[in-house]
Amino acid sequence: MSNYDPVEVTPLHADEVARMQADALDAIKAARDLDELKQVRLAHAGDRSPIALANREIGALPPAARAEAGKRVGGARKAIADALAERQVQLEAERDERVLVEETVDVTLPWDRAPRGARHPLTTLQERIADAFVAMGYEVAEGPELEGEWFNFDALNISPDHPARSDHDTFFVESVDSGKVLRTQTSPVQIRALLGRELPVYVISPGKVFRTDELDATHTPVFHQVEGLAIDEGLTMAHLKGTLDRFAEVMFGEGITTRFRPNYFPFTEPSAEMDLKCFVCRGASAVPGNPPCRTCKSEGWIEWGGCGMVNPRVLISCGVDPARYSGFAFGMGIERTLMFRHNAEDMRDMVEGDVRFTLPFGMEV
Amino acid sequence: MKVPLSWLREYVDLPAVTAHEIADKLTAAGLKLEAVTSYGHDVKNVVVGEVLSIEELEGFKKPIRHCQVEVGEAAPRQIVCGATNFVAGDRVPVVLPGGVLPGGFEVGARKTYGRMSEGMICSERELGLGEDHSGIMVLPEGTPIGADVVELLGLREDVIELEITPDIGYALSIRGVAREVATAFEVPFRDPADVSPPAESQPSHPASIADPTACDRFVLRAVSGFDPHTPSPFWLRARLTRAGMRPVSLAVDVTNYVMLELGQPLHAFDATKLTGEIVVRRAQPGETLETLDHVVRPLNPEDVLITDGSGAISMAGTMGGLHTEISDDSTEIVIEAAHFSASGIARMSRRHNLVSEASKRFERGVDRELPLYASWRAVRLLTELGGGAIRPGVTHVEIPAEPVRISIPSDHPGKVAGTHYDRETVVRRLEQVGCTVESGAVAPADEMAVLLAVTGDDMLTVTPPSWRPDLTDPNDLAEEVIRLEGYENLPSILPAAPAGAGLTEGQRLRRRVGRALAGAGYVEVLAYPFVGERDFDNLQLPAGDARRRAVRLANPLSEDEPLMRTTLLPGLLKTLVRNVGRGFGDVALFETGLVYRPAPDAPAQAPVLGVDRRPTREELASIEAALPDQPRRVAVVLAGEFERSGWWGKGRPATWADAVEAARTVAREAGVELTVRADRHEPWHPGRCAALYAGDTLAGHAGELHPRVIEAYGLPPRTCAMELELTRLEAVLPGPAQAPPVSAYPVATQDVALIVGADVPFAEVEAALREGAGELLESLRLFDVYTGAQVGEGNKSLACTLRFRAPDRTLTVEETTAAREAAVALAAERTGAQLRGA
Repeated sequence: MSNYDPVEVTPLHADEVARMQADALDAIKAARDLDELKQVRLAHAGDRSPIALANREIGALPPAARAEAGKRVGGARKAIADALAERQVQLEAERDERVLVEETVDVTLPWDRAPRGARHPLTTLQERIADAFVAMGYEVAEGPELEGEWFNFDALNISPDHPARSDHDTFFVESVDSGKVLRTQTSPVQIRALLGRELPVYVISPGKVFRTDELDATHTPVFHQVEGLAIDEGLTMAHLKGTLDRFAEVMFGEGITTRFRPNYFPFTEPSAEMDLKCFVCRGASAVPGNPPCRTCKSEGWIEWGGCGMVNPRVLISCGVDPARYSGFAFGMGIERTLMFRHNAEDMRDMVEGDVRFTLPFGMEV
Repeated sequence: MKVPLSWLREYVDLPAVTAHEIADKLTAAGLKLEAVTSYGHDVKNVVVGEVLSIEELEGFKKPIRHCQVEVGEAAPRQIVCGATNFVAGDRVPVVLPGGVLPGGFEVGARKTYGRMSEGMICSERELGLGEDHSGIMVLPEGTPIGADVVELLGLREDVIELEITPDIGYALSIRGVAREVATAFEVPFRDPADVSPPAESQPSHPASIADPTACDRFVLRAVSGFDPHTPSPFWLRARLTRAGMRPVSLAVDVTNYVMLELGQPLHAFDATKLTGEIVVRRAQPGETLETLDHVVRPLNPEDVLITDGSGAISMAGTMGGLHTEISDDSTEIVIEAAHFSASGIARMSRRHNLVSEASKRFERGVDRELPLYASWRAVRLLTELGGGAIRPGVTHVEIPAEPVRISIPSDHPGKVAGTHYDRETVVRRLEQVGCTVESGAVAPADEMAVLLAVTGDDMLTVTPPSWRPDLTDPNDLAEEVIRLEGYENLPSILPAAPAGAGLTEGQRLRRRVGRALAGAGYVEVLAYPFVGERDFDNLQLPAGDARRRAVRLANPLSEDEPLMRTTLLPGLLKTLVRNVGRGFGDVALFETGLVYRPAPDAPAQAPVLGVDRRPTREELASIEAALPDQPRRVAVVLAGEFERSGWWGKGRPATWADAVEAARTVAREAGVELTVRADRHEPWHPGRCAALYAGDTLAGHAGELHPRVIEAYGLPPRTCAMELELTRLEAVLPGPAQAPPVSAYPVATQDVALIVGADVPFAEVEAALREGAGELLESLRLFDVYTGAQVGEGNKSLACTLRFRAPDRTLTVEETTAAREAAVALAAERTGAQLRGA
């Protein structure tokens, strides 16, 4: 083939290479998806594609012609490869876009598949109160719910003839003189704490108590109290007031107004009642002429709990020397606190166990 | 205690203040405001009229009168009236057209019964003066025509109702409240008991006190020739009504009036029905008394009685006897005023379930110096209002009593309060209360006083007044000073408690358990702990089951539920039924609480110890021994779907396995691994009941409930339950979790499928596999349970994945295979397991 004229190799003609490139670029452009692009790649950039075949012809050219032809074909191949890559990216992006659109779901569908639980707000409220006092250095003390009468009454300076003893509508364990009762208050825990702990004693004791009231919107025969007791050297009523002021703030937020007024409890002397300014009417209903308030019965104040300086007689019955030690005790109703703090209007809801009442409280109050 | 302000103002020169201002001061002094009730402020245009003439109208179902009434205007008013208890010439209250009666009831001129009626002639009830509606109110002769009835009768009144605490009996009287008000406003107080009875030497009626522990003062005065038909005057009835008592008759009303005013309960006997000497004594065995309420009461030997020759005539300070009671024709009256033992009356009142105005006061403490004065005030009022004469003489039997004297350092009130009160303030406040205060100390009167004694510099000796029997201890005096100085003025200081140890492990565990169960989908309930025998029957508990041994209440709220729960399940199941009934069929509930488990050999009685010292260890143990064991339990109940059906597909019903898992959830929080064994235990389904062990300790049960239990409680089918004793878990808490070594070498996984008899528990197979596989076993997980022809009748196939890993090397295939084979071999040996396909 010595007379072979390379210039006459048609596929390497400049026009021919340009045509191949143009065909390839058109086909690439026309490819509508990745599958078509794959065919285009085979047809225009594959081993059997015109440009590949043309490339193979370069070796047959005389050396002087090779460079130019190589440059021409190489340029075309690069253009095709670039176009392919570009189109590939383009089509992949289009595919991804399409697939993700196709995979779209309704994210507003509900997913209440797993059951939802909750703790009772009376439980979590007791824990919150305990935590407030634990943070002040108190410990949580406990005692039995079915209690000896001595613990529930006598040791608390409530003698058998004391009017307070009949005011407590007590459940007695059969028979009436068994000396056993369902505790009517958490105060017997005071006695157990004083008998069982080293002085000084700072304890808080939430728990269940019992009185023979019929269940209605504001009474329940089984309810909860939290009892606090602090016995140390030099404790005074000012300390009691300071402690309860702080407690009220923790429970109801700063700015709560409290009132401390004389009251009577056999196990404290002096005794006091802690009132809270009504959150609903802010005390306005107590002024004649203003609209009445259901929450505070237009008294302007809400009784929160009783308290006082532990009666030295109680200390004596626990073997604590009242000449050296003094202290204070207080007791609040948890149900009442829940009513005030969470606008729970009917105590029956707290005892009936309807899940609709409890669920909104979740794990915490 | 209802206090009409007009009554109060008789004894205190009150400044011009509102009822609320007075009530606020009293509340601050410890007499808490219950309510202020205003009367008559809305009443207008009610005047005195004279009935000039009466025309009886005919033809109506009831008598109707058309009256001409002179009201001091240009012409008489014509008024139609349905009452007939008045005659021409009577003076009556008339509300004129445009007038307003209590309650905002407006009266106009109108035509009625065919005549014009220009207003209304009023009854007492229409004027807001009590319940008398039997006829119109006829005013005394000579009452000025045209006078404003509101002013004339004092219809305008504010009544303060106070809550009186049980320690301050003296405040159950106008006298006591007036003293507090006078102190609060710093104005003079006139003692209504200051009535100067004449000195007498003769007894008015023979009397004696046979039991000085029952009564230490007994006073009788007598009235002769009393007119029993005289009605109580209007002012007396109005006062009593405002103070909350019903007017009865003049004699009774006077005794009540004096009691309200002074606080001294009085009793009026018909002197003609008394025989012989009056003796105050305790009841004799078998004695009875018919009381005024026509009840024949068997008396207790501790009851305090007033007796005469005929036997018991009155339950002292509680309720009088029927036969000596004054009647509508009693003209000879004996008034009794006495000071009875507070505890004696309290016990009697409680024993007979009889609470009277008198017993309420005696129980709370009455001024022992009052009987002479109160009885004098009563006989004076009786004769002034009802005629007759006070018989000369007074019976006065007295058991002398030593007054209480208490010594305190003058700074004691300030030390209790946490502030400083100077000596002058302390003395002044105590004197305002009525105490006598002297310098110096006296020796404590008894052993308790020795223990209570407060010593220090500048001792004061305080003698409380006779009306304050509640003041016995140094702190009682401190309270008086502090309350009068104002609780509101106390400083507020937060004390610094020593560092505490935080919550105990048991307390922490309870919180974790609650959170874990709530997190697992359970809603907490707090059910009442009351159950009945019926619950035990519903739970199918056998006759001898320990849970049937329950504490019984003497006075349960419901006769159906007199017992204290021995298991948490009844309350939970009833709550579940309530939720299902309210439309919530998919329910999962839990409760944590005490159960009450009396020991079979526990003493029936818990001793009631003394209070003058710390009890001994043995004494305290004797109380504890009588109390039931009160362990804390946690229980769950669940029914319906535990995983809900929805757009994602089918849900999953609650099963026995959820109940067992709930137990594991609880145990996991305790760090305790539960061992599960099949059991038969009521109230569970005998084939679906798991006993749960913590080590060797039985901690509870879980599973599906017995169909009979489900039927008995009306539960949804397949309701499941779990109950665990937290107290038992607390006893085996393992302490802090130990950090495990974490190996980074590769895991080798091998599956085994074992064929065992259908009755072989997986737990046994698992235990054998674990033990056989040895230390290289990292985990074992059951992934399939298969029964069917391929594994043979009466068999099941258990397919498990075993994962092996060594802490220090990559395991070889030979090593893991050997471990697996050892595991299978031990399972085969223990449970007869055959490798499937082998």
